[in-house]
Amino acid sequence: MPAPDRDAVIDIRDLHTRFGKAVVHENVSLTVRAGEIFSLVGGSGCGKSTLLRAIIMLLRPQSGSIRVFGQEVIGLSDDKALPLRRRWGVMFERGALFSSLTVAENVGMVLREHTRLSPKLVDEVAALKIALTGLPADAGAKYPSELSGGMRKRAALARAIALDPELLFLDEPTAGLDPLSASGIDELVRNLRDVLGLTIMMVTHDLDLLWRTADRVAVLDNGHILGIGSMTELSRLDHPLVHEYFYGPRGRAAREQAWKKK
Amino acid sequence: MTVEQIAQLVIDTDSAAVPPSVAVRCAGAWTVRGIAPLERQLSALSCPAGSALVIDGSAIAVLDTAGAWLLHRTVHAQKESGADVRVTGLRPEFDTLLQLVATHAGTVRPALPAPPGLLAGIGQQVWNSLHGASGMLAFIGESALIFFRSLIQPRRIRWRPVLHNLQSAGFEALPIVGLLSFLMGVVIAYQGADQLQRFGANIFIVDLVGLAMLRELSPLLTAIIVAGRSGSAYTAQIGTMKISEEIDALRTIGVGPQELLVLPKILALVIALPLLTVYADVAGVLGGMIMARSQLDVGFVLFLDRLGEAIDLSTLLTGVGKTPVFAVIIALVGCYQGFRASGSADSVGRQTTTSVVQAIFLVIVADALFSVVFNWLDI
Repeated sequence: MPAPDRDAVIDIRDLHTRFGKAVVHENVSLTVRAGEIFSLVGGSGCGKSTLLRAIIMLLRPQSGSIRVFGQEVIGLSDDKALPLRRRWGVMFERGALFSSLTVAENVGMVLREHTRLSPKLVDEVAALKIALTGLPADAGAKYPSELSGGMRKRAALARAIALDPELLFLDEPTAGLDPLSASGIDELVRNLRDVLGLTIMMVTHDLDLLWRTADRVAVLDNGHILGIGSMTELSRLDHPLVHEYFYGPRGRAAREQAWKKK
Repeated sequence: MTVEQIAQLVIDTDSAAVPPSVAVRCAGAWTVRGIAPLERQLSALSCPAGSALVIDGSAIAVLDTAGAWLLHRTVHAQKESGADVRVTGLRPEFDTLLQLVATHAGTVRPALPAPPGLLAGIGQQVWNSLHGASGMLAFIGESALIFFRSLIQPRRIRWRPVLHNLQSAGFEALPIVGLLSFLMGVVIAYQGADQLQRFGANIFIVDLVGLAMLRELSPLLTAIIVAGRSGSAYTAQIGTMKISEEIDALRTIGVGPQELLVLPKILALVIALPLLTVYADVAGVLGGMIMARSQLDVGFVLFLDRLGEAIDLSTLLTGVGKTPVFAVIIALVGCYQGFRASGSADSVGRQTTTSVVQAIFLVIVADALFSVVFNWLDI
């Protein structure tokens, strides 16, 4: 067994997950290093989101090990998990904003729960986070149901970064967004990493987002990892599925787009 | 990480210098968890206009956006009050962060909607309840229209949902309705036994239990149980469908949501509630019968004999006859409140509460009206 990487923020070894008889993950191992943008890709239902849920302790795999910041998270008690949970932020696919609170209250709630800042400073920091994600200032006073899909994603991101986490999980950050909002998210993700020094792990189908932001990508299929590497490395990988993924019509377009940008 | 999560601040004021100068030395981890104690210290910082403020950030070990915001806020406030502010010694990456925060600061405005005044609040409430009442009327009208259309074209009635609702609102309610009515019968007989025994009028326990259960208690009790069980379920179901845009989807497919969701529920309840009430009558009388034997020595045979004399068909019918009206009230209120849900999970919860309260209230009001009318008609 290889020695654990000192730089590893997330270190997954030989993970097995089953739902009843359905095998979701088989022998999944991967490492996410500090400061990188790591992405999981794969077809629908290949277990990407499940893997994410396993890492953030919403789901317990059958066997294997998941270490986050060097700590084993499988079977961790809630008390011990709390310090860990404070160090990461999660943005859910459909936002999962609390519908009875305004956007500013959604962000502020996390701050109130975990810090001892004064109410005024909490409001200001919440407003800053909302501004950082590119939402207009008046969005803070709105309820999630009054926001468009793209704005809801940004608000969810604002809540995820409320505590300035070191590690950020993004589940489909651009799904359901128009291209303009999606490219806004691309930039946002990169900025967050560059300025705040975050480590980001995301699950996405968005090839544009992958080419433009991801440092390393893992391709998941049927519970196995087909390959891990940069987009350029992966696109050279000789596997029909990977090939299809990168050289299908949409993959090609995204790739050309990415080259043009560079 | 945890050890160094303390932010520190030293303020040196040199008022003798010209111009007066203030030096602030920052150290430690300026993070969201560390800056809480600094906040008051920094907001108490006062520099006379024209003085020089030097903020030395060279000892800051960790800076995050919250820390950067605090720093930015301080700098901004002091500049406003006329001090000459310089920030020195900040690490380049922290400087970038400070600039990032500063560029977004223009848009930072914790916006809070002003709470409405007392008068405006009352007005709003009145308006809301009027709006609700007119909406309810419109809903009743719409449902009636669809009902009559279905009468003309009975093929439009969707029997599957009707049967499904019969099962869930009727059949599955049998145990709880039976148990509660039985207990109600027991309680009435038990309370009555003491009084009747005093007059030696033991046999009239039959009249007491029979009349009370058949005329008033079982219809009311059953309606209240069904309002709590099924009325709330209707609201929650339709409300959730409304929020997840399923109602809109039905409309676009060309299926009227009222036809699919409301009418079957009304029909099912109109069938189920009278049946449940008869069942509750039986259970209640059974409870009274058992109590009568154990407390008053009125045997089962004697009890049933007397029951035939004390209760005639009209007693049963006045009780059961009210229930279709109750059923319509419960189903209409439940569905209407469901359609009023909007936006959030919170709203579904609120509408469900409203639905149960309103349904029970209206059922009892209707029952009182029935009593008055029956009294006039001498039934």
